[in-house]
Amino acid sequence: MPAWFAVPAAVAVGFLAIPLLGLLSETPWRELPTELTSPIVLQAVRLSLVCSLGAVGLSVLLGVPLAFLLARVAFPGRNLVRALTTLPMVLPPVVGGVALLLAFGRRGLVGQWLDQWFGITLPFTTAGAILAEAFVAMPFLVITTEAGLRAMDRRYEDAAATLGAGRWLTFRRVTLPLIAPSLGAGIALCWARALGEFGATITFAGNLPGVTQTMPLAVYIALETDLQAAIALSLVLLVISLAVLIALRDRWFPTA
Amino acid sequence: MLRTRFRLAAVLTVAALVLAACGGGDDDSGGSSGASASELKVFAAASLTAAFTKLGEQYAAANGGDKVTFNFAGSQALATQIQQAAPADVFASADTTNMDKVKDLVGTPQNFASNLLQIVVEKGNPKNVKTLDDLANPDLKVVLAAPDVPAGKYAAEILSKAGVTVKPVSQEDNVKAVVTKVSLGEADAGIVYVTDVTAGGDKVEGVDIPEEQNVTATYPIATVKASKAQDKAQAFMDLVLSPEGQQVLKQYGFLPPPTT
Repeated sequence: MPAWFAVPAAVAVGFLAIPLLGLLSETPWRELPTELTSPIVLQAVRLSLVCSLGAVGLSVLLGVPLAFLLARVAFPGRNLVRALTTLPMVLPPVVGGVALLLAFGRRGLVGQWLDQWFGITLPFTTAGAILAEAFVAMPFLVITTEAGLRAMDRRYEDAAATLGAGRWLTFRRVTLPLIAPSLGAGIALCWARALGEFGATITFAGNLPGVTQTMPLAVYIALETDLQAAIALSLVLLVISLAVLIALRDRWFPTA
Repeated sequence: MLRTRFRLAAVLTVAALVLAACGGGDDDSGGSSGASASELKVFAAASLTAAFTKLGEQYAAANGGDKVTFNFAGSQALATQIQQAAPADVFASADTTNMDKVKDLVGTPQNFASNLLQIVVEKGNPKNVKTLDDLANPDLKVVLAAPDVPAGKYAAEILSKAGVTVKPVSQEDNVKAVVTKVSLGEADAGIVYVTDVTAGGDKVEGVDIPEEQNVTATYPIATVKASKAQDKAQAFMDLVLSPEGQQVLKQYGFLPPPTT
């Protein structure tokens, strides 16, 4: 490679590292224990965990079957469905929030019927926050799982069939273990994305401590008045992101 | 091979269009991000959006096309941005608390307007909200501005004066977002400024708060010390305080500043 590539590469490293160093250097280390145990922070952390795990659960329930459909069944419009699945990944999150509002809000396309027939409203609820996070995070799960399904050796499934295993048994005992690494990576990515979701959550679910104020929202609000709390929360999110990276390092940074 | 090239061309075209849209949009949007060095940057409370945009046009007309770009947001957010050395020339806040937050960074503030608060509901008042007590109804979805937003603080004062406990379903980052939630039909009611109800148009209407329970919001304005356009900043501030400026504010529903 041209030797001078080292210069822009060094700049790139700096560009990525300096913000993190900035965060670490401004962290109020002495006050950190107090900040991390303040009610606002604890509420936000608890809520973030509940919502992100809920979003992962929803994504697994709906996304894994979808991944199978996309990988195994050549139905008409499959490319369109795949594009639709990828859309939330590129859509600006706040646009996703607006779209969710127009679909599932109290006057929304589907939301108005939910409200009229069942008395269910999603905005301003924790369920709404889970929905918003699932909307943006599910594509990660679907794409990763689909890739795993495509890459696996289907002969094992065929062998199971010849030995008399039904579809559900084959799925449980043969397919699932084989795609476990991809599924695991997909779940980790889905969870990390759900945890960090901001735009769709604040637009669709609103902002109320203990109900919908997840960690990113708490950082945003705290930034305007209490910088220390904002930094403490940011640190928590940073540590979680690092943990996901370390857990997935073998996948992304395979040692040759 | 041809397909790959075509796809690459398509992606690059989209990227170029997106960049062009970002670059070209600033002239119309009035956003501060793309403003050129000679434009005046005014940080103003969200409730001043309509009135100050009009004053910005008047300023441009009177000063040979000198453009003004606005950053409208919750006053608490603007004060923090100024503390973090955001490039503001003028700061107009919806309360004196946030102006005090930056008192070392701005010139002498002057009060230029006041505002009263009102309950905002959807057009037609479908949930029949008549008084502040109605807001305590647990079946009603009430949205307020966050406690640190001036509108949120005033609302808390009003509710405490009236002895009403309200559990909001959401705490919005600025007062305009409260109006939006109500006009979208997501929330049943909120507490905002009188001027926001007017600005909300056909989708919303206001329910008056009795005088003895209401609070008067005081709006101060000041030039920012770090501004590189002190003369222009002062000129804009003078316009706001002038009879013409006061007339524009009156048009949009603001009251004169307190006389004390």
